[in-house]
Amino acid sequence: MRTGSYSRRIVVNRIMEGVIFFFAFISLLPLTLILFYLAKKGMAAIDWQFLTHLPRPVGEEGGGVVNAIVGSAILIFCATLMAVPLGVGAGLYLSEAKEGKLSYWTRVAVDILQGSPSIVMGVVAYLWVVKPMQSFSALSGSIALAIMMLPMVIYSTEETLKVIPYTLKEAALALGVPYYRTILKVVIPAGMSGITTGVLIGVARIAGETAPLLFTAFGSPFLDINPLKPVAALPLVVFNYATSPYPQWWEQAWGASLVLTFLVLCLHLTAKIGTRRWKIQF
Amino acid sequence: MKQLSDTLFNAVVRSCAIGTLILVSGLCVTLVIHAMPVFRHSGLSFLFASTWDPLRQQFGALPFLVGTVITAVLGVLISLPFSLSIAFFLGEYFPSGKLSIFFQSATDLLAGIPSVIYGFWGLFVVAPFMQKIEIRLGIMPYGVGIATASIILAIMIVPYTASVSREIIKLVPSDLKEAAYALGATRWEVVRHVVIPYAHSGILAGILLALGRAIGETMAVTMVIGNRNEFPKSIFDPANTMASVIANEFAEASDDIYLSALIAVALLLFLFTTVMNMFGRFVIKKLTVRQES
Repeated sequence: MRTGSYSRRIVVNRIMEGVIFFFAFISLLPLTLILFYLAKKGMAAIDWQFLTHLPRPVGEEGGGVVNAIVGSAILIFCATLMAVPLGVGAGLYLSEAKEGKLSYWTRVAVDILQGSPSIVMGVVAYLWVVKPMQSFSALSGSIALAIMMLPMVIYSTEETLKVIPYTLKEAALALGVPYYRTILKVVIPAGMSGITTGVLIGVARIAGETAPLLFTAFGSPFLDINPLKPVAALPLVVFNYATSPYPQWWEQAWGASLVLTFLVLCLHLTAKIGTRRWKIQF
Repeated sequence: MKQLSDTLFNAVVRSCAIGTLILVSGLCVTLVIHAMPVFRHSGLSFLFASTWDPLRQQFGALPFLVGTVITAVLGVLISLPFSLSIAFFLGEYFPSGKLSIFFQSATDLLAGIPSVIYGFWGLFVVAPFMQKIEIRLGIMPYGVGIATASIILAIMIVPYTASVSREIIKLVPSDLKEAAYALGATRWEVVRHVVIPYAHSGILAGILLALGRAIGETMAVTMVIGNRNEFPKSIFDPANTMASVIANEFAEASDDIYLSALIAVALLLFLFTTVMNMFGRFVIKKLTVRQES
């Protein structure tokens, strides 16, 4: 290790401190800018009509995104319904059977799922559901989202159940409670808020996803709650309007962006508060 | 005596784990099966040819491979000074306190914003800005292109690399650092000669994970890269990445071989990101185990 004179080392230390602080603060600039633009342009587009009306054709004033808000809700609800039971079950298995081949390979599978790009889920959901049924549908979109959400639910279930004291389980078993009732009535309730936090993080992750919906849910200008029909979603609306050539739609896209970001960040915030309380690290 | 209900319960839980396993293997198998036709059609030239012309049934994915690698690597390079600064800032200079909480929440927010919003913002704010720069530089002012996509990607992955590196930096044993301080080292010297050598493989793993994420990022890139299926000649040219070409052309792929070509691109993308992730996770896991033992 090279050392210079005393004062030179002090100066180098100062300079590097300045550089690190400078870059750290600069990296907050995009966040400020994004939030600023969203607030400025989004606020201008949002009024009561925007939140409660269907979209109108280009050229007509007004119109809203209520179909996208409802569509997003349907997609997220169905995805959660699919991902949570499977994810909690798998997480339970992983926490109970820590060693073993099946656990090992399931963990590998979850890792792969966690890292794979969202558009791949869209392609797979298209091949599994849209192609055989010959139609874009809310169902296929929620399947794609459910696959994306699954790793989050599994991780959080496993991590939460891991930290629940073993004595709790032993106490129940010692009282003669059957194993399955011990798990369902003692272990799971004890880990409930941790699992809920994981589900919330999962929901926050899928709520803003666009790529898996492009050729599954596809988007639709109507308010339709039939799960076998194409359905609109907020992120899709942002994408379609933003890449359209009409300035009027750009304004709507800003409005939809603000609504979407607000929803997603609220979910994140709730989940984060839960995480801090439960000290789960992902 | 084992009760029937217990056996049933175990079976259900076990089948959930098996179900997850089947889901993932089914995913891989589906991609491989549906990608086969194009490999049968054009063989290895799918990977090495640079013409993508669906009308003439020529499928060469090289432009997308190159586009993906350039945007992702460039994005990671741009993000590095920022993410590492945040990591040192939070891991070494301000590990706790109000400023630390503020920074953490801000990077959490940055990580939480949906990618389509980044794309939208990039298209309407960063792209016009790039256009001005390009006019000043005297090149074709596309605005959208590889450079714009890399900047957006860099912004998106800063929180990711930062949080992984910060965790790794926190694993550096404090007696090592204290020993260096006791010898009269300045803070920067501790960072440079103790923290970085100790944490470098973990930081590298974090960079790999970020690279995997950058490669797979779809919406933001699709919106600002310009979507041109040619071989990019400069970093300001519009191009296409693997993810963006799927997003753009999948819904309009009319014939089976075209669809199969796009699915093959998806398969490549999947393999790329999986390898990156597995390697990154492997390194991190190894480091954490070393710490615990």
